[in-house]
Amino acid sequence: MKYLIMMHVDPAVLENLTDEQQKLLGDGHSAFLASTKEKGEFISTQALADPSQSKVVRGSDDRPEVTDGPFVEAKEFMGGFYLLDVEDEARIVELAGQIPDVQIPGLAVEIRPVVFSDLGDG
Amino acid sequence: MSDIASPGESLWRDLARQTLARLLRTYGSDQFDLCEDAVQEALMAAYRQWTTEPPDDPQAWLTATARRRYVDRVRSDARRRDREDRVSMLQAPLRTDVSRGDDALLLLQLCCHPALSRSAQVALTLRAVAGLTTEQIATAYQLPTTTIAQRITRAKRRLAEVDRAFPRPGHVEERMAVVLDVLYIMFTEAHHTTDGAPAHDADLAGEAVHLTRLLRKAAPESTEAAGLLALMLLTEARHPARVGPLGQLIPLDEQDRTLWDRRFIAEGLALLDLVTPSAAPGPYLLQACIAGLHDQATDTESTDWQEIHALYVVLEHVTEGRNPMITLNRIVAEAMVQGDDVALASLDDLAARHPRLARIASVRAHLLERSGRTGAAVTAYRDAIAATLNVAEQRHLRDRLRRITTAHE
Repeated sequence: MKYLIMMHVDPAVLENLTDEQQKLLGDGHSAFLASTKEKGEFISTQALADPSQSKVVRGSDDRPEVTDGPFVEAKEFMGGFYLLDVEDEARIVELAGQIPDVQIPGLAVEIRPVVFSDLGDG
Repeated sequence: MSDIASPGESLWRDLARQTLARLLRTYGSDQFDLCEDAVQEALMAAYRQWTTEPPDDPQAWLTATARRRYVDRVRSDARRRDREDRVSMLQAPLRTDVSRGDDALLLLQLCCHPALSRSAQVALTLRAVAGLTTEQIATAYQLPTTTIAQRITRAKRRLAEVDRAFPRPGHVEERMAVVLDVLYIMFTEAHHTTDGAPAHDADLAGEAVHLTRLLRKAAPESTEAAGLLALMLLTEARHPARVGPLGQLIPLDEQDRTLWDRRFIAEGLALLDLVTPSAAPGPYLLQACIAGLHDQATDTESTDWQEIHALYVVLEHVTEGRNPMITLNRIVAEAMVQGDDVALASLDDLAARHPRLARIASVRAHLLERSGRTGAAVTAYRDAIAATLNVAEQRHLRDRLRRITTAHE
């Protein structure tokens, strides 16, 4: 069962991290990567640039409309994700609890099941 | 995969499986990696040599060659802590006194060891028993090769930790339930992936049927193994009619039944005729009987819903009501026998106990639509679309929803 764990970040929270929290995030993600790889649960991970770098291409009656900036103005945005394959929902919830972000007030992760996959090498 | 189905390929895989089982039985399950490597090397040697010098007894040749490779590996591995023990073990005579069918069964039992996770059991079985490569397994599940490789490595390590002994012959019932469940999951997941995604490379459903045939041959007295094989054949028979030209899912009542594979149906029904008279009603056998009734009907109206409902009631009883999907299917049959209102009440009851079971909403939507309660059906279809994790099913539900909303505009 594949799931995406989306890491929601808030720039204000990230700016005010203590040294310990920075280290917690860095070490925690390394440990999370190593552990999910070792267990054969890891598929991939990506971290995304700041939403100020986004462009939105929106469908319209005429031709698609291109605008700068994020899809919606929000305090929190998706900063990156882990794509994992696990036994069941209980396991992905357990794993999400191991992501260091959830130990920092103001950060959160969201879990969503995947319904279609193509990794491009089939 | 067509090359796997060809007799040449299946003969190779048979030989490889048998050779691996012989080595593992002699040297222990904790030697899985080395034994597998030795078998691979022996196969490579066979590919090279057999065209010019075919052996009289291919199995004996492969076993002897693989054994030599294994012995060489162990001898040259000076870092091994248990080198002394290992080298003395190498003197032990190779155990070849077990039949081919038993070997397949024992290898299945090893790969389906209860200490392994379900996904590890499936991956190891596909690799060691079915003979698929790591790449083929990865493609079938749309996972990176490294993920599957890691899963297999970890499974072997776990096996070495918990149980170094190769399963013994003559204990067929041991782990039979797990083996059956692993094969059935392999089969249903295969349908799931082909329903939800474009056609994949490896034919997992075909592999599951092939392995269940092996199991049936190795354990002819197991009526559940026969039941599972019949269930797979009777389900696979409908496959050509289950997916439309655009990849959409076609429900049973709308399928073109002339597309069903008559050979699979005949084989499945013959198996049931052979086994059911004397068998205790196990879960797989009961499900096969239900599938058989569907396969014999020319349409929904002429289906023997009375009998199907009765079988589901027994099935629920045998499985002690632990599987909500069985209850849901019983309710579908109940609607045909006792009417939609009775079934809708049963659905509410089931939903109260299993609020997250996605298919409840789609059955409810279907019953509401059929009984003319359009407004409630629209809501139920929307709930069902949100709850399903299957793309093809999502598309099917959207089609139904569009059909009733445009009809009532």
